[in-house]
Amino acid sequence: MRFSESREQLEFAASLGDLLAKADTPATVRAWAAGDYGRGRALWGRLADQGVLALGLPERYGGYGATPVDLVLAFEQLGRAAVPGPLVESIAVLPRLLAGTSAAPRLEKVGTGQLMATVAMPPRVPYALDGAAADELYVVAGTAVSRAAAAAPVASVDPARRLTAVTAGESLGRVDPNDAFDLGALCTAAQVLGAGQALLERSSEYALQRSQFGKPIGSFQAVKHLLADVMVALDLARPLLFGAALAIGTPTQARDVSAAKVACSDAAYLASRNGLQVHGAIGYTQEYDLSLWLTKVRALYSAWGTQAEHRARVLHALVGT
Amino acid sequence: MDLDFDEATLAFRDEVRAFLAERVPLPALPSMDSAEGFAAHREWEHTLAEARLSAVSWPRELGGRDASLLQWVVFEEEYFAAGAPLRVSQNGLFLLAPTLFAHGTPEQLARIMPPMARADEIWAQAWSEPEAGSDLAGIKSRAVRTEGGWLLSGQKTWSTRATYADRGFGLFRSDPEPERLGKRHGGLTYFMFDLRADGVTVRGIPQLDGGPGFAEIFLDEVFVPDEDVLGEVGSGWKVAMSTASNERGLSLRSPGRFLAAARRLVELYGKRADAALGERVVDAWIGARAYELHTWATVTRLNEGGELGAESSIGKLFWSQLDVALHETALDLQGAQGEVVDDWTDGYLFSLAGPIYAGTNEIQRNVVAERLLGLPR
Repeated sequence: MRFSESREQLEFAASLGDLLAKADTPATVRAWAAGDYGRGRALWGRLADQGVLALGLPERYGGYGATPVDLVLAFEQLGRAAVPGPLVESIAVLPRLLAGTSAAPRLEKVGTGQLMATVAMPPRVPYALDGAAADELYVVAGTAVSRAAAAAPVASVDPARRLTAVTAGESLGRVDPNDAFDLGALCTAAQVLGAGQALLERSSEYALQRSQFGKPIGSFQAVKHLLADVMVALDLARPLLFGAALAIGTPTQARDVSAAKVACSDAAYLASRNGLQVHGAIGYTQEYDLSLWLTKVRALYSAWGTQAEHRARVLHALVGT
Repeated sequence: MDLDFDEATLAFRDEVRAFLAERVPLPALPSMDSAEGFAAHREWEHTLAEARLSAVSWPRELGGRDASLLQWVVFEEEYFAAGAPLRVSQNGLFLLAPTLFAHGTPEQLARIMPPMARADEIWAQAWSEPEAGSDLAGIKSRAVRTEGGWLLSGQKTWSTRATYADRGFGLFRSDPEPERLGKRHGGLTYFMFDLRADGVTVRGIPQLDGGPGFAEIFLDEVFVPDEDVLGEVGSGWKVAMSTASNERGLSLRSPGRFLAAARRLVELYGKRADAALGERVVDAWIGARAYELHTWATVTRLNEGGELGAESSIGKLFWSQLDVALHETALDLQGAQGEVVDDWTDGYLFSLAGPIYAGTNEIQRNVVAERLLGLPR
């Protein structure tokens, strides 16, 4: 029993974190939200160079045998930096969904960053994320997977998530969508947890810098306790994430993925609420970068399965009702 | 990264499981907060000790079996899953013993640990005083030098198990000078003392559940020999804090208690499904699972040379709130029957103490904010 990242995994996560810290993602996120995808596509190119976009691929399409734990580690960093774009869709979901279909060879170009792809799986995932930025769209209805066309833009509470209503096109046959959905939910959980960690880091820093009544607001217990509660929630959600990554492909996959999604979403949401409260009015402005994570967390909270759906899946696994 | 147990751990788990299936007393023992129940629980500890299961992680020569940290957690999971009795020795096993291992002399270990493992000597903690609770450094009980030892005087309170226990341990002010200079953590010494010695008066305090689970201890010039000072004279604060970390963290609250309760909660929901409460049942189960996995991560860190440190406050905040929520949900599931006394109401009353003892949750939040998030004191 060794329930911790390997040295290689820690180094991989740290180097990805470094790359993203230097990339000025807030400017990229703002451009993306305005419909200017150039900076975002360039960042995706750098992610491809690091192998991040091929993490979910089978080896025949350019993957290199990464595990779900590797995926989770990458998505934690992507969420922490609020990287925009259909990451969950391109990296985690489509490789599972398309693997047995005639579109499978397209995956190779997704892994190299040449193609950005996205997918809707109504009703649980009603819209394709960033359909206007993506080169290829897909839709799953029941077990039928098809190419899709963008029908209409739909505004998200997170301006950097540019949702797209889709219409089904050429059929690609039938698939079992459950594994793809679970992987999407797992990686979304990792992404939202990373965003929550960023909110805690930024809020703790702010509490040290901002003074009132002649001292840093972080010296007041009312502020300390808000942030301590966030740390507890994030710290206890994270092991569920890795437990779920290890459960992929086992009988408890659905239960463990849903438990992780519930806990990570709740923890990150607490981070967003308490983080905003610690910041006060400055946090409520659009120009201050905190807003990028605040809205991201709220959107991811119900993305790839709502809290109610995921809790129902856990309950079903536990008592069979 | 994996969650797989090695062969030795699996074999150990099977042995523990088989032992408990055969030996756990039925019906359950009377409450250990009665003279009869205390004696019955001491008897059960003898049974555990004969199988070398009372202190599995201790060295063999002191009454343990050199089990790994992983095996200790496995033991706890099995223990709670089997519904085995509460540990009447827990103050000694989980609070004093780690401190002895860290600061005790070989003579103290050889003299004190074996009777603790056999529960021939049951220990009570004596931390708080009427005017010193969360602000533990404000204690007033004093130790005065005498020939061959010390004379302890003062009043301790909220002393768990003291009503029926044999010996106690706690901090006393051995040098009043540092306090006069405003250095309150100085001049304290860690003592172990006999609860039946001349000058000791113990008065049980009925708790919320009716039993005298804790007590006041009055000390009037109680003689303690030098050999019962733990650690250096005057360094008691440092010595005691290593125990405090144990009380908050791994030792006192293994995930076993919460996993077993969550499983029983799910069973209860199966019998009394109430759609309005399903999500709370799920959250309780998720919380217990999260704490279990968090513990495996901690075990891994400790195995690789890491320390428990301030992180133990995160665990204490989490499990103490989880325990309350879990039992509240069980009472709510029983609807109007929820107030009728049963195992769940007992567990509920027990859980209410969690956010208070071992450092209140407000103190724990300060620790997390100051020592882990780097906020100013």
